[in-house]
Amino acid sequence: MQQIGEESIMKVLLSGNEAIALGAWEAQVQFASAYPGTPSTEILESLSQYAGVRAEWASNEKVALDAAAGAAFGGARALAAMKHVGVNVAADSLMSLSYTGVQGGLVVVSADDPGAFSSQNEQDNRHYARFGKFPCLDPSDSEEARQFTRLAFDLSEQFHCPVILRSTTRLSHSKSPVEVEMPQEPRAFEPLPPFERKPDWYVIIPATARRRHPVVEQRLLDVAQWSETAPVNRIEWGDRSLGIITCGVAYQYVREVLAGYSILKIGLTYPLPKQLIRQFAGQVDAVAVVEELDPFIEEQVRAMGIAVVGAEPVPRVGELTLAKVRQAALQAAWPVEPAPELVEPVDEVALPTRPPALCPGCPHRAFFYNLRRWKKNAVFSGDIGCYSMGVLPPFEAMDMLISMGASVGMAHGLKKAGSAENVFAIIGDSTFFHAGLSPLANAVYNQSKIIVAVLDNRITAMTGGQQHPGTGITLMGEEGKRIEIAPVARALGVEHVWELDAWDVAGINQALKAAMAVEAGPAVILVKGACVFTPYFHRRPVVEVDLETCTACGSCFRVGCPAILKSDETHPKSGRHKASIDPLLCTGCTVCLQVCPVDAIYQTGGSE
Amino acid sequence: MDKMNFLFVGVGGQGVLTASDIAAQVGLDLGLEAKKSEVHGFAQRGGVVESHVRWAPLVGSPTCEKGTVDALVAFELLEAARWVDWLRPGGTVVVNTQRIMPMSVTVGDATYPASEAICEALERRAGRLVRVDGLTLAAEAGTTRAINTVILGALSAVLDTPAETWEEAIVRRVPAKYDAVNRTAFRMGREAVG
Ligand SMILES: Cc1ncc(C[n+]2csc(CCOP(=O)(O)OP(=O)(O)O)c2C)c(N)n1
Ligand code: SF4
Repeated sequence: MQQIGEESIMKVLLSGNEAIALGAWEAQVQFASAYPGTPSTEILESLSQYAGVRAEWASNEKVALDAAAGAAFGGARALAAMKHVGVNVAADSLMSLSYTGVQGGLVVVSADDPGAFSSQNEQDNRHYARFGKFPCLDPSDSEEARQFTRLAFDLSEQFHCPVILRSTTRLSHSKSPVEVEMPQEPRAFEPLPPFERKPDWYVIIPATARRRHPVVEQRLLDVAQWSETAPVNRIEWGDRSLGIITCGVAYQYVREVLAGYSILKIGLTYPLPKQLIRQFAGQVDAVAVVEELDPFIEEQVRAMGIAVVGAEPVPRVGELTLAKVRQAALQAAWPVEPAPELVEPVDEVALPTRPPALCPGCPHRAFFYNLRRWKKNAVFSGDIGCYSMGVLPPFEAMDMLISMGASVGMAHGLKKAGSAENVFAIIGDSTFFHAGLSPLANAVYNQSKIIVAVLDNRITAMTGGQQHPGTGITLMGEEGKRIEIAPVARALGVEHVWELDAWDVAGINQALKAAMAVEAGPAVILVKGACVFTPYFHRRPVVEVDLETCTACGSCFRVGCPAILKSDETHPKSGRHKASIDPLLCTGCTVCLQVCPVDAIYQTGGSE
Repeated sequence: MDKMNFLFVGVGGQGVLTASDIAAQVGLDLGLEAKKSEVHGFAQRGGVVESHVRWAPLVGSPTCEKGTVDALVAFELLEAARWVDWLRPGGTVVVNTQRIMPMSVTVGDATYPASEAICEALERRAGRLVRVDGLTLAAEAGTTRAINTVILGALSAVLDTPAETWEEAIVRRVPAKYDAVNRTAFRMGREAVG
């Protein structure tokens, strides 16, 4: 930590997500809700550490936004955070909230993922602001993330509308210095004043919608007017032979690669400050736009009749980088430093890839080991989570995956359309509570003969281990009420429910067989076993391979465990490598032991 | 020293992100601006972890540009080879010589190259190659979990920066009860650099 200026301001390295949490706390946020999703997850995790804020995990993003909306209708400052695709889930409410307006500030953080590092697409959520007709702020480092979050609450209250604070993976997961006031004054949680009724705003029946729409249109004009002189949009004058309009993290690349040229940095990416843009364009010889993903600003600038140089030289696919901006500049013949001299990549030896794999001990392993054995006459409709790795070798047991909870609906549709195969839906526990309940009700209601496997590892593992309704523990660490999945399935009308131990290889296989034999209606197989990163996971003595007995048949390699290695010893006849087990990685889950046909793997006594 | 670009790479669970956090903090403590940026999508599941750290009077991008990395800090041998083309010509590679088998090797689709072959390839590309046996040194210091501290020790020795600044940043970051172990691990890493 470094002290600057006044005694009480400290420069601290914070990630974009931590800075958003800090900004929200400084803005007196009262209630915050989110469903985890990379790269947004740490916003709520960080916010939950501050006193005076009620922060919680919602069962999905729409619920998170609805909860925040209710709080904002009541006059509280509220925040909902989600990854970009989470906004799709929440969009129904978001669009209406634009019409209803809010009393307390309502900020929706959308963490986009250019580069699709951990997502199913690269959608650019600035479009939501335009679609829904409300403002969008686009910070470009952690300090701005803090300041813009505070501003977002002010704007929301000033113009009575939701405000999108847009982050990206690069902002959320980068650390840069933030000015923090020390010491942070503790704050007590304040109860709300009595609810102020406003049905002519908040009850969006058609008559209200028609009356509110002109208000929404006028509001956009008002915000645009405000943005003309707002400090979030600023001109950095330099060499006027080229003027670059940029926003978000792209600004950082421009500042480095195109240093010295004039820059119009847009902080409020919707609605745009058109007079400011015209003024800027009028004072430079040529205008360029550098932005990540879609030509969101560029198209609007062109539509204003302003010529933009280069026919889209900036790539529209993937994350921007210094190298890409430099290349685009060189291609468009903007004078910049040439690309740096490169060191040759290693080609003397072949470098094996390092694909992700289910962890040693993972409760998803025995299920996929079994599932792949039925592949010949089955279709596997998958979902999102660690178990998506079931698509990878050695399992290769996933045929479709589109969005959270879609496994059950897709399986149902395929079966109903006349598939003669066994159709499986494979869904995790967190995903089941997110968007699996209603498609299961649908499968029961319309009676499709599908098999829904719920992989219950008692955590939201993929995103780093968050609690959910099936664990019963809240974000603040309190013991809440745990919802069991089997009774839920039965209550929804599922007549055949099997509950299994996740490491019982034979038991899972039997349940798969029995479920395939069910005559009518959906069946549910609940595979229960805690993720190795939870306190519920029990490490057992490690297993070892008896090299005398091992026939190098390779069966244990097909469980895809990172702890099972090839030993140096080979089988005299086949020349194939026998197995060995890394005692540092092994958790003693015994899945390999169970699949070994010659009992060459045995459990050791010690080393718990 | 007023400008440095670092690239920290390794495998999930090795402490790459903590090490890069500390390196960024050191930059700030040296009176420079510092930024760091990481990609850790599948880190928990044994995937590759990549983290950029930049020091300068004024830092723009939180990531380095390929060909501008002054110091590649690799926590694993194969990953050093994979990322060495980010180095600027003449740059330094600090590599932990540990080998962690990827699944592509364990399932038999690929082979892990010999350590010597990798080191020779690195030698040909780096201005300076520093090899550290992090696992052994960390174990000697008291816990294999201090590998990242050993590596930071080695890194600090190749840079023109005060050792105390590093040591203090490390100690501030780790729980107090591991204070002594980490100080030992740091010094062992430093001394391992000839
Ligand atoms: C709409 C949406 N929200 C959030 C995510 C991020 N995400 C991916 S998988 C996942 C949950 C995984 O949990 P679970 O179903 O329990 O499976 P596990 O990873 O624990 O095996 C989440 C939150 C997403 N991809 N889409
Ligand atoms: S994090 Fe948990 S659920 Fe995910 S692969 Fe590892 S053990 Fe399995």
